[in-house]
Amino acid sequence: MMLHDFAFDIAHMLAGALVLLSLMMLYQDRLYALINVLALHALVLAMSVAWQAWVHDAPHLYITAGIALVFKAIVIPMALRRMVFRLRVHREIETVVGTGLTMLAAIALIALSLEVMLPVTAGVDPVSREDIALALSVVLIGLLMMVTRHNAVSQVAGFMSLENGIVLAATGAQGMPLVVEISVAFSVLIAFIIIGIFLFRIRERFDTVDVEALDAFRGERK
Amino acid sequence: MISLDPVAAVLLVPLGAAALLAALPGYRWPSRLNVLACFISLLFALSLFWHRPVAGNYLMIDDLNVVFIVLNTFVGFTTAAFSASYIGHELHTGRLTLGLLRFYHSMYQVMMFGMNLALVANNIGLMWVAVELATLTTVVMVGIYRTPEAIEAAWKYFILGSVGIALALFGTILVYLAARPVVGESAGSMVWTVLITQASDFDPALLNVAFVFLLLGYGTKVGLAPLHAWLPDAHAEGPTPISAVLSGLLLNVALYALLRFKMLLAANPAALAPGPLMVALGLLSLIFAALMLYRRYDIKRLFAYSSIEHMGIIVFAFGMAGPLGNFAGLLQMTMHSLTKSAIFFTVGHITQAKGTQTMADMGGLTETHPVLGWTLVAGVAAIAGLPPFGVFMSEFLLITTTFDRQPVLAAAVVLGLLIAFAALLVLLTPVIFGPPRGRSMRVDASTLPIFAHLALVLLGGIFLPPPLVAWFQHVATLLG
Repeated sequence: MMLHDFAFDIAHMLAGALVLLSLMMLYQDRLYALINVLALHALVLAMSVAWQAWVHDAPHLYITAGIALVFKAIVIPMALRRMVFRLRVHREIETVVGTGLTMLAAIALIALSLEVMLPVTAGVDPVSREDIALALSVVLIGLLMMVTRHNAVSQVAGFMSLENGIVLAATGAQGMPLVVEISVAFSVLIAFIIIGIFLFRIRERFDTVDVEALDAFRGERK
Repeated sequence: MISLDPVAAVLLVPLGAAALLAALPGYRWPSRLNVLACFISLLFALSLFWHRPVAGNYLMIDDLNVVFIVLNTFVGFTTAAFSASYIGHELHTGRLTLGLLRFYHSMYQVMMFGMNLALVANNIGLMWVAVELATLTTVVMVGIYRTPEAIEAAWKYFILGSVGIALALFGTILVYLAARPVVGESAGSMVWTVLITQASDFDPALLNVAFVFLLLGYGTKVGLAPLHAWLPDAHAEGPTPISAVLSGLLLNVALYALLRFKMLLAANPAALAPGPLMVALGLLSLIFAALMLYRRYDIKRLFAYSSIEHMGIIVFAFGMAGPLGNFAGLLQMTMHSLTKSAIFFTVGHITQAKGTQTMADMGGLTETHPVLGWTLVAGVAAIAGLPPFGVFMSEFLLITTTFDRQPVLAAAVVLGLLIAFAALLVLLTPVIFGPPRGRSMRVDASTLPIFAHLALVLLGGIFLPPPLVAWFQHVATLLG
């Protein structure tokens, strides 16, 4: 029982850390910093999945954890960083709504997902239950990020955090078949997005970022 | 006889053809091979009517998905035939290169594979992966012209489609969570045939939340109103055969996924009734798209909005449910697929002849291109729901059954249909009749696929074969 409580606490802590990192992403106003948080997000996801694999004795989940670690925490952030450098858009992120409002909206979304998921999942075991509720908040914050950012790189970051939330939910749902296959399919999807940006150079998305105007704006705020 | 298993063949033929087409140079033979592969898939799909394998853990065939698979492979085949003549013209005008064409043909078959797999999947996880595959391939095809507009459209489709399928996956996970206490942790806990027999014992609250996610997720792919933003761009900027496949097939595949989960919910008496949600979203799409039709200047965008409108009608019909509602939904879906792809075939040749998609630069098609002009007249009459055609039948059925139960809703549907009809009339009359406008070139139009589709739609309006009626009635009762 002791060990079970401990296992639960760790799983809970890792899932909570994911939500916290999602919140951190919302207020990053530099692309490099955003990519760093994204890498950290994937790292925590990998730890969380590996923990589930160990606690539930489900060795196939180590594959999912490995994909999250190698692909999402190392390879993709490197590719994104390279892209940001090559496209010379490392100065700033365009935000539609102010950071304060976005954070408030995110907190409301977390409250909403806990409010919706916890009563509904009363019959499910506690680990899955908390994981699903927190995973839904990660998903919703990812969506919020995609809506409020207009820059292709930050939209990809938002989508990746959303996807991390779904992988958290899938691994939290104990014993779900096809989890590994689904996480592979998702990685293919993300690779496609990244390659798409690389190949087609979605430039017109970046042309709208007028660096000087942003500099003036920042000067005013300080 | 495992080598002739038709279900495996429906999947393996496109996959093998994709590999072969990726290796073949040139364009004449590959485009013929593309048609041939689609034709073989169609034959295997038809054989599923007679020979039906037992449902396994991953694949299954039942009375519902046979309809979808046959429709899918049939329109896939005719679109391949249309594409063979369309693509030659694109090559001559330099919009596509030989390398891109090889990629195009290969992707076409991968897309057919993805859609067929989604339709025969017995596992809700596998179905999700297949829908994702079909989405990815169409994204690539939409962006194939590589103009800024095409890339923008592909990106928009990509992001919205990805969000949609991500939400659908969350819903799928919730369905698994609802099933786990009943079915247990095994490979069978995501198998649809297992889920449906035990759905009545699932936790209803969890199923409700799951359905909301699935409706939003797969609904994005169906093109329902608040989530439709990707659809007009994707239809307008990609090659026309892809517009035809998107409207005629991919929307249906997403709808099929939605219907499967609706059946799951309907099997649980304590869960919320999925009907009202679908009715509301369907009606919203219908009215919204009908109003949006007026502001179109691009002919492919116009018909893309018309697809949103018709998907709205279909989702509305399945939401109304009951034997008649489902029957109307199935018929409307079949007729819409056939009519809309025929219209896109015609429009594809028209835009090639006119060198533009802008309606203001077209005029007097019946004078300059009599065959294309008059087939467009027939297609538009059919899609607007005028009497001798099949769409009229299904819409009439839908309105009468709705009027029996919810007269106000029936009035709203009629209003939406009339608004859409008037929009098509106002916008297309100068294009079809009027004085000739804009430049005009000769095109070698392949009219056979267009006539085949329109003939079937006409047949559907005049005389539905009794076996087909019986089959649809049977499927309609299955849908509950």
